[in-house]
Amino acid sequence: MARFEARVDITHLPGILDPQGATVERSLPALGYDNVSEVRVGKSIRLVVEASDESAARAQVDEMCRRLLANPVIEAYEIDLSELSST
Amino acid sequence: MSARVGIVLFPGTNCEHDVAWAVDHLGGSAELLWHGERGLHGADAVVIPGGFAHGDYLRTGAIARFSPVMEAVATFATAGGPVVGICNGFQVLTEAGLLPGALQKNTGLKFLCETVECRVETTTTVLTNQAQRGTVLRLPINHFEGNYVCDDATLDRLRADDRIVARYVRNPNGSLDSIAGVCNEGRNVVGLMPHPERASDTLIGSADGAVLLRSLLTAASDRVAVAS
Repeated sequence: MARFEARVDITHLPGILDPQGATVERSLPALGYDNVSEVRVGKSIRLVVEASDESAARAQVDEMCRRLLANPVIEAYEIDLSELSST
Repeated sequence: MSARVGIVLFPGTNCEHDVAWAVDHLGGSAELLWHGERGLHGADAVVIPGGFAHGDYLRTGAIARFSPVMEAVATFATAGGPVVGICNGFQVLTEAGLLPGALQKNTGLKFLCETVECRVETTTTVLTNQAQRGTVLRLPINHFEGNYVCDDATLDRLRADDRIVARYVRNPNGSLDSIAGVCNEGRNVVGLMPHPERASDTLIGSADGAVLLRSLLTAASDRVAVAS
């Protein structure tokens, strides 16, 4: 078995409201950054999964995203996977 | 014998006593059900009240569905038992897959705490069987994530099957099609963002919510009558 670190990046689907992003976007011009738009605040979840290979690890993380980590009705997710060197 | 209403209590739930008071006040018999329990203590109906179940961690309602009691609630719902989720309870039922769609943050990005007008759209549900279609009820809302959303196919199905239980007269939160509440296919599981229990007596400003809770008690009593 190998160990894989997964970084799951969860964002709102297009059209879903993002009050945090909107508030941050309104705040940045106060610091002089008046050229910033499309600020979106999401979630980042990191976890380590043991699996036989990378595709098995990815399949499991994807399933966990669909079943719990993200709500597919309102959220999109991206999975970044890297194998951890064995110690 | 009065209908027994089980009121689920998660860590972070904060409207359970309001619901219990209203149920007792309207002639039912309320019993609190701790989320760690695996049974419903013979309840004839279940209410999942408002609050912040499990601190709203991850997403509102997302963790609550793993509480042991929710398996019993799902089994009860599948068997046709009346289940009503109010506010956070509505969010819990969508996350648990017992109702379609999701509740996203309000348009306008504000937590809303006010009394709004809601129109009863169908009377063939466990929460509206004593109401009149088209009746406008004044009910309090108290939420940040009350903005109902679902995909187009789901909305078409909800409309075609007459499953939109109530709509806001003036949409306060951006809800799709002004939806304030929906029901499942069996019409025995209902989610509603406004709080009928907070409008169950004129002493607290409005008694407009009483007809909804009386409907639930009626559904619960009918179930008892069928079973016995």
